[in-house]
Amino acid sequence: MIAFENAAYNYGGGELLSEVSLRLAPGSFHFLTGPSGSGKTTFLKMAYAELMPTAGHVTIFDREVKSLSRDDIARTRRRIGVVHQDGQFLDHLPLATNVMLPLMVAERRGNAEDLGALLAWVGLKHLSDALPPSLSGGERQRAALARAIIMGPDVILADEPTGNVDWEMSLRLLTLLVELNRMGKTIVIATHDLNLIRQAKNQVPARVLRISKRRIQLAGADL
Amino acid sequence: MTLPPLLSRLADPFVALMVPDRQADRVVPPSGPTAWLTTFTAGAMTFLCVFALALSLASGRLADRWSDALARTATIRLSAPPQQMQAQTDAVLALLSTTPGIASARALTDEENRRLLEPWFGPDLPVQDLPLPRLIEVVEDGQGYDGEGLRQRLAAEAPGAILDDHTRWRRPLAEAAARLRLLGWLSIVLIGATMAAMITLAANASLAANAQVVKVLRLIGAQDSYIARAFVRRFTLRALTGSAAGALAGLAGVLLLPAADAAGGFLTGLGFSGAGWLWPFILPPLAALVAFAATRRAAFKKLKELT
Ligand SMILES: Nc1ncnc2c1ncn2[C@@H]1O[C@H](COP(=O)(O)OP(=O)(O)O)[C@@H](O)[C@H]1O
Ligand SMILES: [Mg+2]
Repeated sequence: MIAFENAAYNYGGGELLSEVSLRLAPGSFHFLTGPSGSGKTTFLKMAYAELMPTAGHVTIFDREVKSLSRDDIARTRRRIGVVHQDGQFLDHLPLATNVMLPLMVAERRGNAEDLGALLAWVGLKHLSDALPPSLSGGERQRAALARAIIMGPDVILADEPTGNVDWEMSLRLLTLLVELNRMGKTIVIATHDLNLIRQAKNQVPARVLRISKRRIQLAGADL
Repeated sequence: MTLPPLLSRLADPFVALMVPDRQADRVVPPSGPTAWLTTFTAGAMTFLCVFALALSLASGRLADRWSDALARTATIRLSAPPQQMQAQTDAVLALLSTTPGIASARALTDEENRRLLEPWFGPDLPVQDLPLPRLIEVVEDGQGYDGEGLRQRLAAEAPGAILDDHTRWRRPLAEAAARLRLLGWLSIVLIGATMAAMITLAANASLAANAQVVKVLRLIGAQDSYIARAFVRRFTLRALTGSAAGALAGLAGVLLLPAADAAGGFLTGLGFSGAGWLWPFILPPLAALVAFAATRRAAFKKLKELT
């Protein structure tokens, strides 16, 4: 699905990530972990073509990202559901519209029943008309997840989806992601919450990628 | 309605614009202070445009009328001793009948001469006893004739004949009117360009103010054309509304010009006549088209800068 080959990223003050080589196989479940500021978000941004690698190659759905036109990038992103660390909602539109937005911009018809079912699935049906700024952290995370999957993407990238929610809510979100993985979606979750990773390992054969010293390596069973 | 493929492809984004798409519109938040700027600019520019049009069309009519009048007829004045008069008249008429560009020529009768002179000398003038020049009226055909060539041939065949083609004193007037028409059209082009520039600025400001919205839309897979459309539609509709108001105000202004009667001369003609009244109604769609093109161009450029 998504492959990195000797990829590196540099914001201008030296390489933040170097020699990243890995591939995310279809249907796989990965955690990406590392201290704050180690480059988890940066890695994910490369995986959905918001950032282009400053060295090496990133291939998304078998196409080298640097060869993609702006319209290609837009179309590629419709196949990748992203739960952004900071939500990225349109604050003037109600939650239900925000969740539907990917369908709208792709000019595809959604149907109200599916949307209702999706909102119910993430437990936000009663907040359909609420504006994003009025939502709690957990509600925002679940809304972001709903928006990430509304297009039926092949890949879901979640950036600290449990960042500012309590443990109970974290487990609910994890369960949602595990369910999606069982439907065949490729999942990557960036998190520094080791408890969450342990919990997940009881449910799915998840693999852990760890960022250390600018490299990304597969962590051993010990975490 | 079927359009040729190229035309329909060009028209497509413009047609799509008129189909209501409330959903897509809401994607961009209702905008702030730049909103009225476009409406106002389009209104003011169209208002000015109506007057520039009135001026252009009026001076165009004057130019046509004057050059028509001076082009179609000329007079040849023939002075000769009485016994040679008829021979020379025949010679001149023969010469004129073989001159290319002349439709007809005819010597005025004594009766006509008398009527021409009547206002000055009264009805009882004994025309036939006076050494009056013979007047020959020359009517030009569509092609026109070579005035200088004709003068030279007249000098050879009938030395007493003088060609008076009125052009000497009327040409500068006709030229001035034509120049005025050109200036009018130039003003219209400048007004259009100014409007395009102002709308481009407003569109850029609006896009920049909505940078965060644009970023989110790009992140969830919106193509530039989708985002641009939301802005383009808005600016086009604003320009259309403003321009319609400006056109109506301009028309009212022209209608309310005090009616100058025959003595008013030049001013009588200012305003619209006949099909000319349709022109101001073409301005709002034209302004919308200018806004459409300007915003679209600005949006695609700005979107590349923003994300
Ligand atoms: N746009 C940027 N410009 C410059 N530096 C940045 C930018 N974004 C992130 N960084 C830096 O890159 C490092 C990694 O950031 P990030 O990928 O967000 O880490 P993480 O998600 O693991 O916390 C941080 O030190 C951050 O300050
Ligand atoms: Mg981060």
